[in-house]
Amino acid sequence: MIPTSYYLALSVILFAIGVAGVLLRRNAIILFMAIELMLNSANLVFVAYSRQFGALDGQILVFFVMTVAAAEVAVGLALIVTIFRSKASIDVDDISMLKG
Amino acid sequence: MLPNIPELVIFLVLAVIAVAAALGMLASSNAIYSALFLVVNFGVVATFYLLLGAPFIAMAQVTVYAGAIMVLFLFVIMLLGAEKMKQTSHNLLWQKPLSIVLIVLLLSISFYVVLGQGVSVGSDLMQNASGYGSPSAIGTLLFQKYLFPFEATSILLLAAMVGAVVLTGVRRQRRRIRKSRRL
Amino acid sequence: MIGIAIEALIKSALIAFVLLTAFAYLTFAERKIAALMQVRKGPNRVGPWGLLQPAADGIKLIFKEEVMPAGADKVLFFLAPILTMIPAIVIVAVIPVGPDVELFGRTIRLGISDLNVGLLYILAIASVAVYGIVLAGWSSANKYALLGGLRASAQMISYEIALGLSIIGPIMLAGTLSLQGIVQAQQSSTWYVIWQPLGAMIFLIAGLAELNRAPFDMPEAEQELTAGYFTEYSGMKFSLFFMGEYIKMVAVSAIATTLFFGGYLGPFVDKLPWLGILYFAIKTGAFLFLMIWIRLTLPRLRYDQLMAFGWKVLLPLALFNVVITAVVIVFVG
Repeated sequence: MIPTSYYLALSVILFAIGVAGVLLRRNAIILFMAIELMLNSANLVFVAYSRQFGALDGQILVFFVMTVAAAEVAVGLALIVTIFRSKASIDVDDISMLKG
Repeated sequence: MLPNIPELVIFLVLAVIAVAAALGMLASSNAIYSALFLVVNFGVVATFYLLLGAPFIAMAQVTVYAGAIMVLFLFVIMLLGAEKMKQTSHNLLWQKPLSIVLIVLLLSISFYVVLGQGVSVGSDLMQNASGYGSPSAIGTLLFQKYLFPFEATSILLLAAMVGAVVLTGVRRQRRRIRKSRRL
Repeated sequence: MIGIAIEALIKSALIAFVLLTAFAYLTFAERKIAALMQVRKGPNRVGPWGLLQPAADGIKLIFKEEVMPAGADKVLFFLAPILTMIPAIVIVAVIPVGPDVELFGRTIRLGISDLNVGLLYILAIASVAVYGIVLAGWSSANKYALLGGLRASAQMISYEIALGLSIIGPIMLAGTLSLQGIVQAQQSSTWYVIWQPLGAMIFLIAGLAELNRAPFDMPEAEQELTAGYFTEYSGMKFSLFFMGEYIKMVAVSAIATTLFFGGYLGPFVDKLPWLGILYFAIKTGAFLFLMIWIRLTLPRLRYDQLMAFGWKVLLPLALFNVVITAVVIVFVG
């Protein structure tokens, strides 16, 4: 069996790539995808530890994280569409005014 | 106790694909390709869930992430025609090197913690319990121990649904347009 | 271990072969039935009664020129037909086509695999099936194709919810997610269509919408969008889309048979297990005929009507069905 720490290492790398996406890219949609990637890497840790401790609670938490991610995407993409309608851009640097 | 060779090879190949897909998402200039790379990544992670004895979560992962969330992303990108937005950032010059330093720092600290833990597979409980990760085991836990959080997520989803409808609602948009015309 | 692998390989190859043959003769059957209903002759030149028509069609399509539109995204344009095709084939992996049989001293399960998350697998694959269509629409660099792709994705996401809710009825009645388990549970009770008439109807309607078949074929509405997402496709790539659509028809019919119409069950199956395959084929064939019949009978819906129907009629009905089923199970038992 693959040791849990291997999965943790993989998850750390994926998380770091997600952080890099948020810090380096300015496209709101890509930024959003990077956040999804980070959530996903956290899920991997949950499932890996769930196996290590032989308890299903980790998997249940993944279930909840997925629900939250789905809700977040629905609202987030709606926000992006609304912003695009008023500014014709989804660059987060352009969204610097409080008044649309 | 080290893993046997075929398992390790499978793990490494999948891990390389996952990391490559994530990097592809990060580097791709076309948002559609970014989304597709992310789908590949999610698919690989679903395979990891299968390897970890979580078939239910793996299927949910494919259905929710690959089937719903990423399709929504693709839909919005295509709808806005936003696949090739220019990077117009000019006011963030010194932050970029700083962010790279921070990412390297994050990686090294996390690796220090993870590797400091040592190599452990965990208990053999999983082999003993035959129903581990099965839909019925998950369901039992979800509807007994985690009933309240489960009900709470339904409210969360409802709120998100209402939010999305309100934000992109047609009527509101029209009113705003009318208002801006008056100005 | 190797024995199991070889068995799985043989079964997979067999099922792929059966599906491809079914695709070829389904196109033929559709043309013949259409001809019958419209008082025409239909294909009758190639071979006796036109039976070799599918082969002729295939040869023609192979030798057609492949056109790559200027401005198309080459990688995705190439990938999209493949992505449409693969889910259509792999979805049937969990469908049992017959009971266990004895062959060469081995007990062989008729069906590639029996997962304890079988129905979730079907939902997962069905939800991934939309990618090929969306990407085909986008990569063609054609406005009709893009509109068709967007329509298809919106339609498939919307009807997926009703589809998912409609299969909860059989899951609750059988108490399992395994398709083999659901079929066996129908042996002791009766076919679930008796207990779940509403669920079966919703499944069929939502299934037709998932397939983008008439009367829900807005993504490829000829009069509005020329051919929708595959406007720019030609030759083998076009035939892959065509194949994907027809194989998905077979898959939806097979799933409907398994969930609501007793799968391979029928008289004398417990004595002669091989009869199960026959019953399964007959039931699936009946569904395929129904789909062709519907296509020839009903006009296409308008797009806004389709979305309104999915969200305002089908989804509440499916939810209602789930609630009623749950209440009946709890109080009646």
